[in-house]
Amino acid sequence: MIRFVQMLLLLLPLSAYATIDAYEFSNQENEKRFHELTHELRCPKCQNQNIADSDAPLATDLRREVHRMLESGESNDEIADFMVTRYGDFVLYRPRVNETTWLLWYGPFVLLGVGILVVVLISRNRRQGKVEATEKPMTGSGYKASEGLSTGEADRLNTLLQRDSDQ
Amino acid sequence: MNNRKLFAFIPLALFILLGVFLWIGLSLDPRELPSKLAEEQRPVPAFQLPSLTEPNRILTPDDLKGEVALLNVWATWCPTCKEEHGFLNRLARDEGVTIYGINYKDEPGKAREWLRRYLNPYALVILDEQGSLGLDMGVYGAPETYVLDTQGAVRYRHVGAVDAEVWKTLKQVMVQVEQESAQ
Repeated sequence: MIRFVQMLLLLLPLSAYATIDAYEFSNQENEKRFHELTHELRCPKCQNQNIADSDAPLATDLRREVHRMLESGESNDEIADFMVTRYGDFVLYRPRVNETTWLLWYGPFVLLGVGILVVVLISRNRRQGKVEATEKPMTGSGYKASEGLSTGEADRLNTLLQRDSDQ
Repeated sequence: MNNRKLFAFIPLALFILLGVFLWIGLSLDPRELPSKLAEEQRPVPAFQLPSLTEPNRILTPDDLKGEVALLNVWATWCPTCKEEHGFLNRLARDEGVTIYGINYKDEPGKAREWLRRYLNPYALVILDEQGSLGLDMGVYGAPETYVLDTQGAVRYRHVGAVDAEVWKTLKQVMVQVEQESAQ
């Protein structure tokens, strides 16, 4: 019985660690924006985590700053600017659209366009090839020297084809 | 026919291009963040903070002007700071380098004790208990060392310990800045 209780006790989490700060928001809109912003800002110290998830003291400071700026009525852009001037574009999980990120934002669409173009070209080539291939025997006049063959070759090919159809 | 043959090499060319990018990527350090302050040679952000060594004195960015100097961000909770401290002492003593300190998110009592025990290489130590100056400077990992010009503008940032190898770079930057301001 004691052993059973001990085992049950093991199931109790000893303590739950999580980044829960008690922030008061003047309205729900601010709270929503706080969650959006902290999820989109990257922690400079513990990379590959956003500042909402990170336990680093720096992330705590940054969350506090975001909260302070939100409550003092600053816009999302202003808050992003604040972060970028301190830690560079790196902190934005959603990079801004400017000259240096054009390739990043529009590159995939350009690649898609190129891909579609290639598919269209290939399929058109193929269709043309097929039409030519089906047309030739239909004419029934045999191969001519003009079709990439010398006169001797054309004659020989026609003779061979003739012989095959005779059998 | 010739065009066709060239087309066949496109996948190979793409593969090589990708390989080159990945190869370059291998040698990049993702932990190295750019410092906007240094890139744009901006002055140290405005602050009004007490001195660690003279608690009644309030320091401002004006106190960092006048000399080409190093600005070192440190704290007693930071093991790497301890590692580089001896080297900073040597720089201040033997090379006559002016080093300002920012005591970042630390307990002043412990910090003063540290300077008593391990000697003080700093001409001034700014007491940044809340980390507000550090935040404005974009500090993301102590120790960090900045090169300041005579106008108190940031010219270079190094993240991590200063050792003989790093000092070579820092010295180079300082000499260059010195020459610029002499002109």
